[in-house]
Amino acid sequence: MVKPLLVLDDLAVHFKVGSMLAGGVKTLKAVDGVTLDVKPGECLGLVGESGCGKSTLALAIMGLLLPTHGRIHVGGQRISGDTPPDRMEMARTVQMVFQDPYASLNPRQTVRRTLADPLRLHGVKDKAEVESRVIDMMAKVGLRPEHADRYPHEFSGGQRQRIGIARALILKPRLVICDEPVSALDVSIRAQIINLLLELKDEMDLAYIMISHDLGVVEHVSDRVAVMYLGRIVEQGGWQEIFENPRHPYTRALIAAIPDPFHRAAASVARAKAKGEIPSALNPPPGCHFNPRCPLKADLCTVEAPVLEGVAPGHLAACHFRDRII
Amino acid sequence: MTPPLLKVEDLRIALAGDGVTYNAVEGVSFEIGRGEAFGLVGESGCGKSITALSVMGLLRRPLSLGGGRIVLDGQEIQDVPAAEMRRLRGKRIAMIFQEPMTALNPLSPVGRQIAEMFVLHQGAGWSEAMDRAEDALRQVRVPSPERRIRDYPHQLSGGMRQRVMIAIALACGPDLLVADEPTTALDVTVQAEIIDLIAELCAAKGTAVLMISHDLGLVANMCKRVAVMYAGRIVESQVADAIFARPSHPYTQGLIDSLPRLGERSRRGRQRLREITGVVPSIQAYPAGCRFNPRCPAVTDICRTNVPEATSLPADGLVRCHHHG
Amino acid sequence: MSMAIKLPRLRLKGGTSLWVGGGLVATAITAAILAPVIALTDPVMDANLMNAEIAPCWEYPFGTDAQGRDIYSRIVYGARISLSVGIISQVCNSLIGVTLGLTAGYWGGWWDDLVSGLTNLMLAIPSLVFALAIMAILGPGLVSLVIALGLTSWSYSCRIARAQVLSLKSQGYIQAARILGYGDLRIMFTQVLPNILGPLIVIATLGMGGAILAEAALSFLGLGIRPPFPSWGSMLSEARDQITTAPWLSVFPGLAIFFTVLGLNLLGDGLRDILDPQSTTRRN
Repeated sequence: MVKPLLVLDDLAVHFKVGSMLAGGVKTLKAVDGVTLDVKPGECLGLVGESGCGKSTLALAIMGLLLPTHGRIHVGGQRISGDTPPDRMEMARTVQMVFQDPYASLNPRQTVRRTLADPLRLHGVKDKAEVESRVIDMMAKVGLRPEHADRYPHEFSGGQRQRIGIARALILKPRLVICDEPVSALDVSIRAQIINLLLELKDEMDLAYIMISHDLGVVEHVSDRVAVMYLGRIVEQGGWQEIFENPRHPYTRALIAAIPDPFHRAAASVARAKAKGEIPSALNPPPGCHFNPRCPLKADLCTVEAPVLEGVAPGHLAACHFRDRII
Repeated sequence: MTPPLLKVEDLRIALAGDGVTYNAVEGVSFEIGRGEAFGLVGESGCGKSITALSVMGLLRRPLSLGGGRIVLDGQEIQDVPAAEMRRLRGKRIAMIFQEPMTALNPLSPVGRQIAEMFVLHQGAGWSEAMDRAEDALRQVRVPSPERRIRDYPHQLSGGMRQRVMIAIALACGPDLLVADEPTTALDVTVQAEIIDLIAELCAAKGTAVLMISHDLGLVANMCKRVAVMYAGRIVESQVADAIFARPSHPYTQGLIDSLPRLGERSRRGRQRLREITGVVPSIQAYPAGCRFNPRCPAVTDICRTNVPEATSLPADGLVRCHHHG
Repeated sequence: MSMAIKLPRLRLKGGTSLWVGGGLVATAITAAILAPVIALTDPVMDANLMNAEIAPCWEYPFGTDAQGRDIYSRIVYGARISLSVGIISQVCNSLIGVTLGLTAGYWGGWWDDLVSGLTNLMLAIPSLVFALAIMAILGPGLVSLVIALGLTSWSYSCRIARAQVLSLKSQGYIQAARILGYGDLRIMFTQVLPNILGPLIVIATLGMGGAILAEAALSFLGLGIRPPFPSWGSMLSEARDQITTAPWLSVFPGLAIFFTVLGLNLLGDGLRDILDPQSTTRRN
């Protein structure tokens, strides 16, 4: 049994929003009781729409937000509400690739500086070694050595994302959180970046958490998939289980929402579509958060929140009707 | 054969730079029949959005119409005076945008903004117009429209705002709805609902749709015919089903092959994605000949020098590639 | 590349005000540095009551004052005092303002509340009145003038710095730096500061003009530079009584202040255009 690289144990991150004067303080349960693990070298796809808490979850895993309750074990470290992580140690364990390749690079730093500074900060003092690791990393992401002294605005979106990936990997982390790494790129560039990420994963033995709303991308890259809705995980399992045998109505709705020109909407797909809008995370509906939009809604759903339970080995769903197949 | 509702012929859009004028769009021609949904697909900067703006008569400096004809229902509209164009917009052609928040007036309740259309274009009184605005909200399936009618745009979610935009656009029963990336800013499950709503309402009212998007799958699902643009030109135009089954231009082919498709991995296992090499050219550096040539796997000498002519495909389709057939 | 066609136009835009402003400021600074060389007489010692209040002529291009000292020479030497007061006090203001604004914007919380409160307080009290109070305590003189002006108008730099940090804080590269293990100070100096420098430099040049005017005002009120040493403000102050009989006594120091402050303001405007990060960092 491989020891997991990352374990989230009943993790919750809550925020206080509003003020005493204007309408009172409310609790925003951005992440609410998430239990999850990622093994070394594994790719976990994390799917969800706005307000589902995936960004908050990412920040917590990187130690930038402390849990309200629950624990995070990552690498050798244990993070909880009262034990913040060692930031330097974290930096060598978890890194992140950002969505927007324009905002995520410092416009006043050359590629060389962007890559060399972190190395020096983490104790690589030898000039020649810094230089060779920078050039080596640039080659790995498909940049030429003469690119080293250029500034971000001299690059296209796809090349900028390559620089962002190089920066994330320069410290040789073991886990990389990819936050919508291709959704801000031109459609014809996306395949280059997805292929690159998959190559680097094998080459450097990385584990990924792939945050995306593009189910095609998630299915392509993931070993396992977790689906989040309003702060909770509603379904998780192997990629094939999730995409071929989804048990939560929300997962089905996500799949049904993908325009698929090869299989014109079958009747069952039409029935699986979700109604209405995503409620505010500040004021989620009682019981199962998905109940106002769910085609399977029953009285029970508005009273009792379903727990995440197994439907098959390694496949969990949080739905009162997880065994009903439509 | 009935004449088309909208006919765009040899459209050229000029972009004025410093002393140099670039052609942001050139040689773009297409037709949309009454009640037909037509899709225009391409990446950012390919000219699809400004093509839509030119149909609306909304090109602003440094962009201007450089040539070609735009015919709406037999009437040439590329040169009509601004005042008449304003009357056409809203009444005959309407538009919805990617980010509804920027298109709505933040200081006015949404009901009033819908009612304004009836007052402006149909001479209705305000109280009658407000009643009709409530009906319009009900039609776009906004829950409890009698209350929402008094809401300001910031009180609504993104999806609800887009519904309001659709209600405004369709208020006066236009012949043509131009939809520029109407769901790109929305969540996937909401996106599906909005697309269904547009398709359903336009079918019911007989409104034609010009749908602009970067998402070929989305457009192909909704539209009868699709044109693919690359670097300011239409490279291929086909019936939606055919474009996926038999893409004829290497660019279209590349787009379809390069994206991971749901279900593909369980059918065939994980294959390396087919990449389109290189980058999208910028308007100042469009290559000579076929503009896709630096990225094309089938490039030959003629592609670098000669602009390919259109070759006919079945069912009114066309492709611009030297190596077709 | 779109940059290639954008830059020339930008240079033209920033151009006029940048070059005119830069020229005026450069002239003032050159005059200050070269004062011993280009002055005709000693500004303090060469008093000669026989030559008192001569109107501008070939020998005394700007005329002479009541003690018979050459106005031109006094203005050239006065540039040394006026410009150093302007530059040094504005450097103090910028250092205080940027440090407070940067840390307040980046850290937020109680520190931000404190700094913002202090800034608002400073903005509510006219800075000249504040400077007057400090001068009253420290007594007149060059050093106290620099201290008084250097401590009283940092609130503009502070506000600008804080607002810029707030808008940058959520940028991906700041996040990335935190994830890479950068400490807060390192992030502020290597990631944030270089990207907000443009507007801060603009504010600083405008502030220098303000400080030169404030020096003139304080000296005019008799609280700044004491006679016989020349500063533009003290010269104006001394010329008060003869404004009808010998107008050149006030006109020339006044013009020196006018053109220097105008030059600094134009320079600020010009710099705003070329330092705008949008003009250099964005492709589209």
